[in-house]
Amino acid sequence: MNFPSPSSAEAVVSVTSLSRRFGTKQALDDVTLHVPRGCVFGLVGENGAGKTTLIKHLLGLLKAETGRVQVFGHDPVADPVGVLSRVGYLSEYRDLPAWMRVDELLNYTRAFYPKWDTQYAEELREQFGLDPAQRVRSLSQGQQAKTGLLLALAFRPELLLLDEPSSGLDPVVRRDILEAIIRTVAEEGRTVFFSSHLLDEVERVSDQLAMIRNGRIVLHGRLDDIKQNHRQFVVRFEAVLAVAPRFETALSLRGTGREWTLLCKGERSHVLAEVQACGATVLSEQVPSLDEIFVAQAAQRQLKPAA
Amino acid sequence: MQIQIDPSSGAPIYLQIVNQVKYLVASARLAPGEEIPPIRTLAEQLVINPNTVARAYLELERAGVVIKRHGTGTFVADNPPSVSKAQRQKILGERADALLTEARQLGVEFEEVVELLHARNEKMNPANA
Repeated sequence: MNFPSPSSAEAVVSVTSLSRRFGTKQALDDVTLHVPRGCVFGLVGENGAGKTTLIKHLLGLLKAETGRVQVFGHDPVADPVGVLSRVGYLSEYRDLPAWMRVDELLNYTRAFYPKWDTQYAEELREQFGLDPAQRVRSLSQGQQAKTGLLLALAFRPELLLLDEPSSGLDPVVRRDILEAIIRTVAEEGRTVFFSSHLLDEVERVSDQLAMIRNGRIVLHGRLDDIKQNHRQFVVRFEAVLAVAPRFETALSLRGTGREWTLLCKGERSHVLAEVQACGATVLSEQVPSLDEIFVAQAAQRQLKPAA
Repeated sequence: MQIQIDPSSGAPIYLQIVNQVKYLVASARLAPGEEIPPIRTLAEQLVINPNTVARAYLELERAGVVIKRHGTGTFVADNPPSVSKAQRQKILGERADALLTEARQLGVEFEEVVELLHARNEKMNPANA
């Protein structure tokens, strides 16, 4: 089996300088990102950060006001059939027709996709434990999510697009969804793009990620690179500090008294120089988790509101 | 092959796999010539990205710990390199720090810790005592 290296592969999704405004709200602000073929791309951000708006642009449900969106090298607004026939999509709300039976819904959806794989759909249905005779309205949240996922997977799309796939689901269903993501990308050449606010699952399955905040991309790259670019230091001052010390190089700072934890990005030597200049000593240094990086990025807004 | 992944730990997941496989080989829980799971199987089992497993296997192959035989699978090398002295000291050093910190917090003297280590060692290897 050959897993292409994401950096060398061509981009399945290319977004360049995309901006979008809803009334006075800047929903997307100069967003640029590229999703290489064969990768699992995680889009993380708080609620209202712009994740769903971005995904709607990829599906051609919203037209780019400024900037450019390309999926498989096509504009999804100009060529919806060419793009959507290759994209499996699961929305956060999993809006399925409540009155249909599961088998009816499968037959109905199959009609839209020439490449629908009936045998694969049946395999997934059994694996997910879905009763074909049951009405959609009587399915549990988790069963509805699995049904939505089945519909998105059964025509073996080249790009699987999932908007908050595990939102509101129990751990067992979440695991089923993550396994489906992994199986999808393990099939050569397939790509997964998913948004989530559950950072431990992004950390598990994605190899590339973008972090969006207030419509802007604040981090974008390989997960390993992003983690390696950040460092968490615990430092100790000789005296008890009544107010928090200031560190130019720190994204976030927390602590009390003598010991403080700094989360820093970039050049390690600059951080160490600043710590030394403040008369503090480094007690420990480690690579932070994605969760800690995310929280530090979010805290920045409070530290530097004008930025 | 039993591997535990902690995504919230700072260490990259591929490195967690590399270190644990090295440890399993060093402690003879994986024998030379033994097959390790295919990339896809391990990825599904651990619920992690197959690219991450592929990267870990590549590192292990480069380090001479495993050998990939085309068409058959990936196997533990016949003569896997032993863990370097620096690595051994780093791994044990961290454990030792944790032990000493805990001892200090419990008010246990250093000499008492050393005695305890001797006692435990005798219990584990009665023949060497």
